[in-house]
Amino acid sequence: MSALKDLLNGIWKQNPTFRIILGMCPALAVTNAAINGLTMGLATLFVLLASGLFVSLIRNLISSKIRIPCYIIIIATFVTIADYFLAAYYPAIHEVLGIYVPLIVVNCIILGRMEAFAGKNPIKNSLADAFGMGLGFTWALVLLGAIREFLGFGAIFGFKILGSWYPQMVVMRLPTGAFITLGLLIAMMNIIRKQKAEATCHAHEGGDKPC
Amino acid sequence: MLNLFAIFFAAVVTENFVFYRFLGLCPFLAMSNKTRTAVGMGIAVTFVLIVSNSITWLLQYFVLDKFGLPFLQYASFILVIASLVQFIEMYMHKYQAALYKAFGIYLPLITTNCVVLGLVLLTILKGYNFLEALIFAIGTGAGYTLALVIMSGIRERLDLADVPEALKGVPLALIITGLLALAFGGFVGMIK
Repeated sequence: MSALKDLLNGIWKQNPTFRIILGMCPALAVTNAAINGLTMGLATLFVLLASGLFVSLIRNLISSKIRIPCYIIIIATFVTIADYFLAAYYPAIHEVLGIYVPLIVVNCIILGRMEAFAGKNPIKNSLADAFGMGLGFTWALVLLGAIREFLGFGAIFGFKILGSWYPQMVVMRLPTGAFITLGLLIAMMNIIRKQKAEATCHAHEGGDKPC
Repeated sequence: MLNLFAIFFAAVVTENFVFYRFLGLCPFLAMSNKTRTAVGMGIAVTFVLIVSNSITWLLQYFVLDKFGLPFLQYASFILVIASLVQFIEMYMHKYQAALYKAFGIYLPLITTNCVVLGLVLLTILKGYNFLEALIFAIGTGAGYTLALVIMSGIRERLDLADVPEALKGVPLALIITGLLALAFGGFVGMIK
């Protein structure tokens, strides 16, 4: 039951991209098309799961003084595996993602979850947490990529949706489009969250819960 | 000579690490509230960039390439950066107390700043020689400092403005960064 809670936590309540605002660099850099966002999200999910498992396994064996270097080495190892896997099986996407695949090593979501969660919790919960965070990161990237691809190229996942009459918004393919889209998405999430909080507030009116 | 200038100019303006490559955004968003902290962070990052790029350059060409260990690149580079930051912190703590106080918490944070790992990987990827690598590191540090200072200036003014509730903080900072990126993008084409 608690594992399920840990899983859902990352997908919405503490979504890494929209809520705790970590791992911004890949979220912005690779999302000019939905497929790139999906690949990056899945690669990060793999690294999160594998390193979460190992960190959780050895959490009682390593001294707390040297835990961070140990975590970094574990993460770097799995990033190397993911990088070589992508290069071997999906060379085209690997080419597009370029330097951002090795940069998963310094994605603060991963080190953050190892430090805040996997280093302190049993394997089952650590895996659930890693899976939830990875999925939360992935859907955020796919959404961002889909919006930018739709506005920038009139397509989603490479399928043309709008015809040649559509004046493609070149700015959405540029860095500017990434920053502005993410800024507006986070603002939207803030509004949704606020409305939800107000709704629960109304439901509790007259109750003892302070608003 | 012209080549070195081109590398420097590209690193500072047209291929600025924040606005063009999307690197180092977490500290960029977190540290750009006040101009004072922005300058401190920028100088600390520049210093780490120059030293770590020199060490990883030597490591790549004299150890990893020589012994055929390319798969150790990521792990060894991040180890170099992490231990370097730790050493600098210990040294400053002992011998440069005033500077240590000024840098405060920024130093340990630099380990996970993707500007550093991004720079050392790009240097190898582009096949720069040692001098070019050095210029690239200095330019990148200067560009990062420039981005931090411009952003902090804008955000200091923004504190006094009446901003919609939902946009406060990170969302607005991102949108401003986007507009700045557009301005910086205007220089593309000046350097081939």
